Amino acid sequence: MTLGLSLGIVVGYLFLALAVGLVAYRVSETTAEDYYLASRSIGTVVLLFTTFATLLSAFTFFGGPNLAFAAGPEWLIVMGTLDGVLFAVLWYAIGYKQWLIGNRNGYVTLGEMLGDRFGSTGLRALVAGVSLLWLFPYVMLQQMGAGEALVGLTNGVVPYWGGAALITAFMILYVVLAGMRGVAWTDTIQGLFMLSVVWVAAVWVVSAVGGVGAATGAMLDARPDFGSFGGGTYSVGFIVSTAITIAFGVTMFPQINQRFFVAKSGETLKRSFALWPVLVLLLFVPAFMLGAWAAGMPVDVPEGANVLPVVLNEYTPAWFAALVIAGAMAAMMSSSDSMLLSGSSYFTRDLYRPVVNADASERREAWVARIGVAAFALLAFAASLLRPGTLIEVGSTAFSGFALLALPVICALYWERTTRTGMIAGVLVPQLAYLAVVLSAVVGFVPALPRTVAGGWDVALGLMALSGLLTIGVSLLTAPSAEGDASRFAVAGD
Amino acid sequence: MRRPRRDIVWIPTFALLVAFAVPWPLWGVDRVVAGLPVWIWWHVAWLGLCTVLFSRFARSGAWERGMGLRPGGDGDDRAAGGDAGAPAAGGERP
Repeated sequence: MTLGLSLGIVVGYLFLALAVGLVAYRVSETTAEDYYLASRSIGTVVLLFTTFATLLSAFTFFGGPNLAFAAGPEWLIVMGTLDGVLFAVLWYAIGYKQWLIGNRNGYVTLGEMLGDRFGSTGLRALVAGVSLLWLFPYVMLQQMGAGEALVGLTNGVVPYWGGAALITAFMILYVVLAGMRGVAWTDTIQGLFMLSVVWVAAVWVVSAVGGVGAATGAMLDARPDFGSFGGGTYSVGFIVSTAITIAFGVTMFPQINQRFFVAKSGETLKRSFALWPVLVLLLFVPAFMLGAWAAGMPVDVPEGANVLPVVLNEYTPAWFAALVIAGAMAAMMSSSDSMLLSGSSYFTRDLYRPVVNADASERREAWVARIGVAAFALLAFAASLLRPGTLIEVGSTAFSGFALLALPVICALYWERTTRTGMIAGVLVPQLAYLAVVLSAVVGFVPALPRTVAGGWDVALGLMALSGLLTIGVSLLTAPSAEGDASRFAVAGD
Repeated sequence: MRRPRRDIVWIPTFALLVAFAVPWPLWGVDRVVAGLPVWIWWHVAWLGLCTVLFSRFARSGAWERGMGLRPGGDGDDRAAGGDAGAPAAGGERP
């Protein structure tokens, strides 16, 4: 009975979210072209929340609480620092600069911007290809998160693959039915809804266990090491390298990077920038503390389940637990939709059209994009069944892959002497090296290369440094190509 | 393009804000204050401080000057005017 109710609420809510997305599209009549090309017209609240929506993923709702449950509440510090502070600074340094440049020259994607600046279709395709590559594990992460969430909510009655398949089906439905349209304000509604229910959930659970002090006390009784800052998983190397790779990685995520081009005015970026640390904290504190407090609660987390649904099931009514999980999955569906949408615009604009078929009709292009998205989501689903790591591990891999793009892009944005060859070397070499590290862990018959060295330092951080050094070094050794034009990136017009 | 010298202060300020969002001085400290480990309070207060300083940075004009623009000047006008196709000013190539 309860099981039927929970599942009914989850599936019903997903349909509702789908319907809202469709209605929103009909009402606003936003086409993909309009969304990306014509109307760089997103206001503060919507920009803030569409960017925020990227946080509304399995990485935050499920991965974060799981890690806090297993290793301690320091995850709040790591995520708060990287997302609330470091990302905000990059929001200015990369985002505002890209907005200024994009506004002058009408760019829509990162690859397009770099390809035009350096006069290179190859660089454009390379950047798009690299971005799509790392989008794959992040989409897969949503499917893993949904699978594990339903295991937790239903106490294992719904198998892992069932939850993963459910969200995959909804992702594809959302994209195919709504066409390739992003409706930013549905992200905003989802974001506000989730922010509210996460707080309601936290208050509910905390009052059930006797208040914040009692929750922390029980946590410390069960895991005394959770009280002191650092130690265990949280070495200095882990904290620093995770914070840096994820923050730089986030800026290069297709759906985030594309937001840098769509703000209505500089004012919008400014206001979002200042509000960002507080908004981030509002989401992370309740989500991650619930995970950490759960260590002191008499709950039994089944193998392969997420901790948050288990806690909610224990302390809140079944309908509320189901509602939170449903809201989380709907938010994951809609952020996956933005990711797939941005990914498909990278695919069609930077790969398909310039490289494969320059004369494709709009109609053909739209179909290529849809089929591409469906194939992408299905492949990610297949890969999610293999469960190659924890949610945090898979997410960090994706973020690190994107982070390797960041320093070459910053060089291009701020250093006129950057050359095409420098960019290609700075992007390609670290990517190949990191790909070798990641694949060696997945492929069985080769020895796994180390992911971290010297007590938690991520090799991706070293590869980031390499990407910067290669871009600068090779640029100094090569001459700017005739097709390149540094003035494309000038922002001061006088 | 003029960049007042005091704007430079923002660079170390941002570096400090990022670096100490992690409560390094409380490494290994396990005191609980008002129901939460004290280092969580440090972090919460620090992010509040970040919001205050970020909004000051954005309003002071350093936001535009940092990109070589005049505050209230061309960057935002261009957005309002929407002449995205305007050619970039030349003459800045090395």
